[in-house]
Amino acid sequence: MKNYAYVREKSIPPSPPPLIEVGVIGWIRQNLFSSWFNSFLTLFSLYFIFICLIDFIPWAWGGHWNAKSLRECMDLDPNVACFSVLAARWEQLLFGLYPADQYWRPTLTFVFLILSIIPILFPRFFRYFWFSVIYPGLAIWLLWGGSIWSIAIIYIGVIFGVASFTVLSKGVIRSTSVNLTLSIVITLLFFLFLSSTLTEFLSYLIPISLPFVESLRMGGFTLSLIVGISGIVASFPIGILLALGRQSNLPIIKMICVGFIEFIRGVPLITLLFVASVLLNYFLPPGTNFDIVLRVVIMVTLFSAAYMAEVIRGGLAGLPLGQHEASASLGLTYWQSQRLIIMPQALKISIPGIVNTFIGLFKDTTLVSIISLRDPIGLASTIRADTKWNGIYWELYVAIGLMFFIVCFGMSQYSQYLERKLQTDK
Amino acid sequence: MSENNSAEKIDKAKMNITDEVAIRISEMNKWFGTFHVLRDINLEVKRGERIVVCGPSGSGKSTLIRCINRLEEHQKGSIVVDGTELTTDLKNIDKIRSEVGMVFQHFNLFPHLTTLENCTLAPIWVRETPEKEAKEIAMEMLEKVKIPEQANKYPGQLSGGQQQRVAIARSLCMKPRIMLFDEVTSALDPEMIKEVLDTMIQLAEEGMTMICVTHEMGFARQVADRVIFMDEGQIVEQNEPESFFNNPQSERTKLFLSQILGH
Ligand SMILES: Nc1ncnc2c1ncn2[C@@H]1O[C@H](COP(=O)(O)OP(=O)(O)OP(=O)(O)O)[C@@H](O)[C@H]1O
Ligand SMILES: [Mg+2]
Repeated sequence: MKNYAYVREKSIPPSPPPLIEVGVIGWIRQNLFSSWFNSFLTLFSLYFIFICLIDFIPWAWGGHWNAKSLRECMDLDPNVACFSVLAARWEQLLFGLYPADQYWRPTLTFVFLILSIIPILFPRFFRYFWFSVIYPGLAIWLLWGGSIWSIAIIYIGVIFGVASFTVLSKGVIRSTSVNLTLSIVITLLFFLFLSSTLTEFLSYLIPISLPFVESLRMGGFTLSLIVGISGIVASFPIGILLALGRQSNLPIIKMICVGFIEFIRGVPLITLLFVASVLLNYFLPPGTNFDIVLRVVIMVTLFSAAYMAEVIRGGLAGLPLGQHEASASLGLTYWQSQRLIIMPQALKISIPGIVNTFIGLFKDTTLVSIISLRDPIGLASTIRADTKWNGIYWELYVAIGLMFFIVCFGMSQYSQYLERKLQTDK
Repeated sequence: MSENNSAEKIDKAKMNITDEVAIRISEMNKWFGTFHVLRDINLEVKRGERIVVCGPSGSGKSTLIRCINRLEEHQKGSIVVDGTELTTDLKNIDKIRSEVGMVFQHFNLFPHLTTLENCTLAPIWVRETPEKEAKEIAMEMLEKVKIPEQANKYPGQLSGGQQQRVAIARSLCMKPRIMLFDEVTSALDPEMIKEVLDTMIQLAEEGMTMICVTHEMGFARQVADRVIFMDEGQIVEQNEPESFFNNPQSERTKLFLSQILGH
């Protein structure tokens, strides 16, 4: 027998792992002071945080809220914050030039916004999704006013179109594409010939309307939310279609998508916004009143759709070819396999990139101040032009920064929650 | 490779081959760019017949069976599956794909869906089976492959052998008339190969029409009605398993068999 030959005769019973240091002290020692270098980093970071806060906290904590002007603040105590500007102008920062007696409208729109995104964010509440569907129309009506029927007619038209499609599908024509084309034509005819009469009739029958507020009065954080949320909601599906188009086998579609994406990505957003505010007027027939907020929303949407497309393309490229083959071999059509197999996985991979694009878009809405729309940044300049508040910087920008931070941080937290929830391999 | 199954002979008499033609491939040619992968393939598969395809790597075995459900497009000749010819007509392609099941080397389960959802997806969306019924069929198939208890797990939580059996169950849920297997055991550890092969043997006993690309020669001897040997894109030899293994005619077949059986 070789001398390394060996047979185990007694098996070793399992025993609990050795005790490691527990409690607060143990944690601190393990994580903050495990080596001299780690200890140095810990102390240095603590010192850094200390010098950052040592001035800021007394400055912010002792800030004045009730002064009438910057001068008055300075007279009280020049070394602390003068938040009085916020107290005096908070309504403008939130609502821009919106008529003061109508502030309840943007407020209600905001409350409804929160209610309408809950069913989308949390599947548990998906049965309230109908509210998310009505919300865009409701928000437009609340913010801009006018007759409720001028918005509702769009929904009526769409329902009408869907209904005609359902009826056609039950009828003699078997082909889905023919039925789809027919029902789209019917819907267009509805909007061309029937809708205006019907709107008038309904407004006469059940007159519900709000005072009209023009777009130039929209401003403040309300404007940021209008542009940001519309941009996010619209750019997502467009981005998906562009990403699919870029991978398409049809050369024309592929060319259009690649051209669009590359063009938009190569141009600064500012340029697009100038096009929206100035140049578009040259191209549109004179006298057309193409709403400025709508123009900006379209530009912002196109801009982030191009980025979105590239992010999603990354996700699509990350999927193994086998997924396409498996779904094809089961007989799923192209669109079924995109919707049920490919997109859910590609989007899951791209969540961090998608949310990144959303956050970028939301912050980029502040650029509209350059084309003299009154978003919070634009308003900050207006406020500082006021003799009473001339010379104020920090307090305004800290407040604006905080508002954006809350929204963006919320998005980032949600994306992390979603990633954890969608994890299926543990 | 593993010979261990040949001991337990299954009763081939039970598995009757009909005269009905399930697949007819005639004068089929395919190129990848300028590379001629498949050359003049002629093959007729009867309903209920079990065919094993073998051959060296790169000989075009996968390409051949992927042409049958149009994962690859052939350029010359014709393929008729269940009386429907494969042309560019998408309707025909979808119809054939829903009647031909395919199992892949790397399982290709949908990782974002549970085992049960993997199985019910296609019946619900392609066959428009009501969800409840689709679930019943899925459970029945999962029981057949002996993993009903894994129904609510995700593929990432299963072993390779279990995943491959789910993949088989997923295909079976579409009630296919023909099954294609592309080296379904070659990504598995030895102890898992048997559980997958057993599932396939069971299917064979039930009379399923099967084309299996495999190097499991034990399996071939046990269930195949016909063994096809391919090399350089051509069918070089085909015969019933006994004669194929004991008395190969072509030099290339002999060489291949000696390499794979290791004598
Ligand atoms: N999409 C493709 N484009 C170009 N060449 C390809 C493609 N797919 C396969 N080939 C080539 O075609 C030949 C046949 O491939 P195939 O996958 O059918 O071989 P196989 O017999 O299945 O081999 P293996 O046993 O390794 O799976 C190989 O030389 C391969 O390189
Ligand atoms: Mg292969």
